[in-house]
Amino acid sequence: MSTMTTSRRSFLRALVAVAGSAAVAYRPSALASLVGGKGSMDTTDADYVFVVDIDRCIGCGKCVQACSVENHVPAGHFRTWVERYVRTAEGTWIDSPDGAINSFPPLAEDVTAAAKETTFVPKLCNQCDNAPCVQVCPVGATFKAPGGFVLIDPEHCMGCSYCIQACPFGVRFLNPATHMADKCDWCYHRVSNGLQPACATVCPTGARAFGDRNKPEGTVAEALEEDRWRILKPGMHAHNRVLYRRLPREVI
Amino acid sequence: MTSSTLPNEALVNYIFPNTHIDWSLMIVIYPYITGLVAGAFVVSALYHVFNVKTFERISRFALIAAFCFGLFAGVPLLLHLGQPQRAFNIFLTPNTTSAMSIFGYVYASYMLLLTVELWLTYREYIIQRAKETKGIPGVIWNVLTLGVRTYTPEAARVDHKVTVFLAAIGIPWAFLLHGYVGFIFGSVKANAWWATPLQPIVFLVSAIVSGMAMLLLMYTFIRWRARKAYDLDMIKTMTIYLWCIFLLAFTLETLEVVYAAYEQGHHWTVIGPLLAGPLFDSFVIGQVLTLSVLPILILGYAALSNVWGKPLLYLVNIGAFLLVLQVLFMRFNVVVGGQMLSKSDRGFAEFHLEVLGREGLIMAIIVFAAPFVTYYIISRIIPIFDDQPVRG
Repeated sequence: MSTMTTSRRSFLRALVAVAGSAAVAYRPSALASLVGGKGSMDTTDADYVFVVDIDRCIGCGKCVQACSVENHVPAGHFRTWVERYVRTAEGTWIDSPDGAINSFPPLAEDVTAAAKETTFVPKLCNQCDNAPCVQVCPVGATFKAPGGFVLIDPEHCMGCSYCIQACPFGVRFLNPATHMADKCDWCYHRVSNGLQPACATVCPTGARAFGDRNKPEGTVAEALEEDRWRILKPGMHAHNRVLYRRLPREVI
Repeated sequence: MTSSTLPNEALVNYIFPNTHIDWSLMIVIYPYITGLVAGAFVVSALYHVFNVKTFERISRFALIAAFCFGLFAGVPLLLHLGQPQRAFNIFLTPNTTSAMSIFGYVYASYMLLLTVELWLTYREYIIQRAKETKGIPGVIWNVLTLGVRTYTPEAARVDHKVTVFLAAIGIPWAFLLHGYVGFIFGSVKANAWWATPLQPIVFLVSAIVSGMAMLLLMYTFIRWRARKAYDLDMIKTMTIYLWCIFLLAFTLETLEVVYAAYEQGHHWTVIGPLLAGPLFDSFVIGQVLTLSVLPILILGYAALSNVWGKPLLYLVNIGAFLLVLQVLFMRFNVVVGGQMLSKSDRGFAEFHLEVLGREGLIMAIIVFAAPFVTYYIISRIIPIFDDQPVRG
């Protein structure tokens, strides 16, 4: 019986594989479109931006989970995370338990009672055009790639942590497994294969949108057209590529 | 629900989830050791270049101390690096927009300069030992002569000129080696406690303080152990220099805080709560009220009064000891204190002292002890003080 089951399972698996390959062979973008991709992308001519729509974020933490799985992010470190801001008359109450990988627990009663407004704010690398991390890397292991990505070369990073100190947004960390600097790279490996970043793919509300400024679509096009986005810490003059729509004033 | 010690109207201590104190003890003792190099070198250069005669008697001592500290200045960095086997890449593929990329060149060239100056200072002695010594030590002494086994008055004159020249370019070089460390911190705009153009100068001046204070402590200890007379004239002169330079260091350090406080700008929104909160003990009580005010009074009295003999020795050593600690505290408060500020601007990270491990307390003590052990070994081989001849 068990042999039968095994062989039936492997037959089904083979069938799916053959059918899948046939579909991809027939229309190469078929598989990619399933996960929101647009076929093979040439990152060299693109000018990517990432739009975060604060009004749409529900703090479910799916993006953090997807990022963690996709990029093998070690526990206790985050390539992306979500913050919860509660504005009250006395000040601001903020949390991000485990980066919100398991979403958020209910607020304490006194906080809820005092709340004027509650907002979820996704954070990720801003892939800055005038990136302090790129400037300070002593060996050029962190560099600006075509398309706008700020990448880390695992063949050259010395693990000195200077870039971690220099990043105004706290997106970098020293990976305890590789002993090198690590951070969000907008899923470069996915984007260069025609897919969307993992977090944008799984977001159930479309709060995270990724696209080419030269050929904007959907939320990216809307945000650029509306032209009322804001960036984090503009005083740092880092020329961020993550654009926030309806960002509350208390967010840092 | 309210908290008055948190920055920017934060109701809870919120730090970004990636906030860790990545630069820990090794990065505290790294600027500390390079500071001792710079400070000790300045003392030797004060004689060679500025003709401060009283320091002639200790110029070799200061030079060797600088050399010993210099040998180990890079060790904490190697221990800190996540990929230390790639450290040499800083020479091979430097990224010229990074201030850190000059470290390899500045450090290597400075150590070369120190080595050459040391060799010139001891050339006559090396030649003499090469002629006298047999066996394997004789071969080593002969190699150290680099093949020149005669020493003429003319050679002595040339050596002296070159030594003065090296000491002269060594001053800006030592300043560069150490001011650079301050620049690394001062230029990080993302960190309000670090970002100030005063930082390189603060680091440099306090480096000279720590170097001079450490030399005074070492000198007294060595003379006490060898039961030799203390050069009180030199001690008095050094105390005056040390006191004046520390007054300058303290002024600059205070200015930095007073300026931020008076300015009431963005920096103060986080620095104020930092100093009132996590850094209160080590900065306000430790660095300022204890380790700065006390030595100013003690060394001020020693420098300005007629106190002499043993009381002078006691006062100077207590003052110097407090200053050595002051600079160590200052390095800690800058390096670790700055990283306590989360980039969230709404909370502080906690520092956990690691004891074991590559960047732990025990390793820090070993690294810090290494220059003193090296000094001891060198002092067994070459004469450092005129009245303490060595025959090994």
